[in-house]
Amino acid sequence: MEFITELLSYMAENKENLLQYTFDHILMVIYGIGMAIAVGVPLGILAARYEKIAPFILSTVNVIQIIPSLAMLAILMIYFGLGFTTAVIGLFFYSLLPIVRNTYVGVKEVSPNLLEAGKGLGMTGLQVLRKVQLPLSIPFFMAGLRVASVIAVGVACIAPYIGADGLGREIVSGISLRSEIKIYAGAIPAALLAIFADTILGFMERRTKKRIV
Amino acid sequence: MIELKSVNKVYDDGFQALKNINLTFDEGKINVLIGPSGCGKTTTMKLLNRLVDHTDGTILVEGKDIQEMNPIQLRRQMGYVIQSIGLFPHMTIYDNVATVPKLLRWNKSKIDETVHRLLNLVNLEPETFKKRYPSELSGGQQQRIGVIRALAAEPDIILMDEPFSALDPISREQLQDELTHLQAEINKTIVFVTHDMDEAIKIADQIILMKDGEVVQKGSPHELLTEPKNDFVKEFIGTERLQKAETLPLVREMMNQDFVSTYVSESIDEALNKLINHNLTQLPVINNKQYAGFVTIKDLLKGSEETVSNVINTDQKTLKPSDEASQAMRLLKEQELNEVTVLTDQNEIAGVVNYKDISEALQNYYEKQQGVV
Repeated sequence: MEFITELLSYMAENKENLLQYTFDHILMVIYGIGMAIAVGVPLGILAARYEKIAPFILSTVNVIQIIPSLAMLAILMIYFGLGFTTAVIGLFFYSLLPIVRNTYVGVKEVSPNLLEAGKGLGMTGLQVLRKVQLPLSIPFFMAGLRVASVIAVGVACIAPYIGADGLGREIVSGISLRSEIKIYAGAIPAALLAIFADTILGFMERRTKKRIV
Repeated sequence: MIELKSVNKVYDDGFQALKNINLTFDEGKINVLIGPSGCGKTTTMKLLNRLVDHTDGTILVEGKDIQEMNPIQLRRQMGYVIQSIGLFPHMTIYDNVATVPKLLRWNKSKIDETVHRLLNLVNLEPETFKKRYPSELSGGQQQRIGVIRALAAEPDIILMDEPFSALDPISREQLQDELTHLQAEINKTIVFVTHDMDEAIKIADQIILMKDGEVVQKGSPHELLTEPKNDFVKEFIGTERLQKAETLPLVREMMNQDFVSTYVSESIDEALNKLINHNLTQLPVINNKQYAGFVTIKDLLKGSEETVSNVINTDQKTLKPSDEASQAMRLLKEQELNEVTVLTDQNEIAGVVNYKDISEALQNYYEKQQGVV
């Protein structure tokens, strides 16, 4: 009980800092995921449309995902230096797999009947993609986005090791100072962010799914 | 009109799906392609909107070779209804029906008007239904939408690939009825694929029965039922349906083609002689190869006229070769005559039918029936 009051008073005292860290954390995640969407969705669509290159695209993003996050950030640091940008690039790579894979699956999952209906009614290949396959793959995409966000919020916690900000700052300095309070003050908001992203995106995912299934 | 001329389809693996198909699908008719699975009926239909391309031969739609047409344009000119309904689940009913008009970039008011008209056509209240999504409709309602989606851009030709096979029996019957009623109104050239003989008999103007990539028999439901070409056709139709379909003999089969007639210019005496020699009471009159009417023995005896033309009766109802026996009997009775004339489409006399012809034909028919059973 005493611990909680202590933690709360610490958080209240350092409100400004913690808010700034949270803001940085969210920004990092949004940029990373934004890039992952910009690159991942087209890759997913390409993989779905051209079966021949699908294994290549999918295994590449899989391999990226396998690299331990700390190692990945360290390697990126070698090339991009310390700072925010490098962290964003790291998050981008980590969010890529769920987004590419789910876009791919979403587009592939569209029932062949609907594709035939679209084609038979006189849609061009691109129209089938735009009017049928993409709208129907949104629930899958949303599921991917949700997974990606949770991963990105987590990975962003180690960003301070490569000189970026975010809630990880509080955790890392807590580790070096052996301060439980500092660790919790960073970890709890980070966990809440992850839960929040999961809930909101989960809700959106269900909304998009409603009519389609 | 759609014409297939010596059309073949060979798949890349060497499998020949269609062998030398020659067909015409008549304008404004329901043409049903039927046959066991793998007979090539669906392939034949998909050739028409080029979802499948034939390997050789020619397919003409309204006289134009479809191989020279843009497949996208071609498909937009043909309605297409697929087996599994295939409504787009993420679109409202309005958007589903408006699919092709939107592809064709019609203006909004024209699309609105079309969607309303079509929903009314299948008795779905537009205001209620247009904002709903397919998942909120029953199977039967969904396929009604599937059908009007195909009609939206006013195509002359509609392709239907087993459209009702996924429905429950009651909805299926309803939709079959609706389709025949609808067709009376819209008069499209419909190519309808099914494996259900009852459905084919119910809705078809022309049935094309296929097997192993070949056309085995084509004709009206009546022709298939009454004159099955071989054992395969009989087996496919089923003995029960064949027996049910055994109709009384048609006028064509019972009429007397070796009849005695007279001419407008013939004298009364000669006509009377003919009647007496052949033991008849009336004669059909021919004028310039065409049927002109008839004369009875009473007319001939009554007057003092010189030629047949003066005593000719023209009020007799006549028969067509395709009429049924019951019609012949009814006319004989109604008109209190001994003979009814049968005319061809060209108004030439094909033959005459009298009570004796009918009783002979019926006797043959019942003897045959007993032999069958």
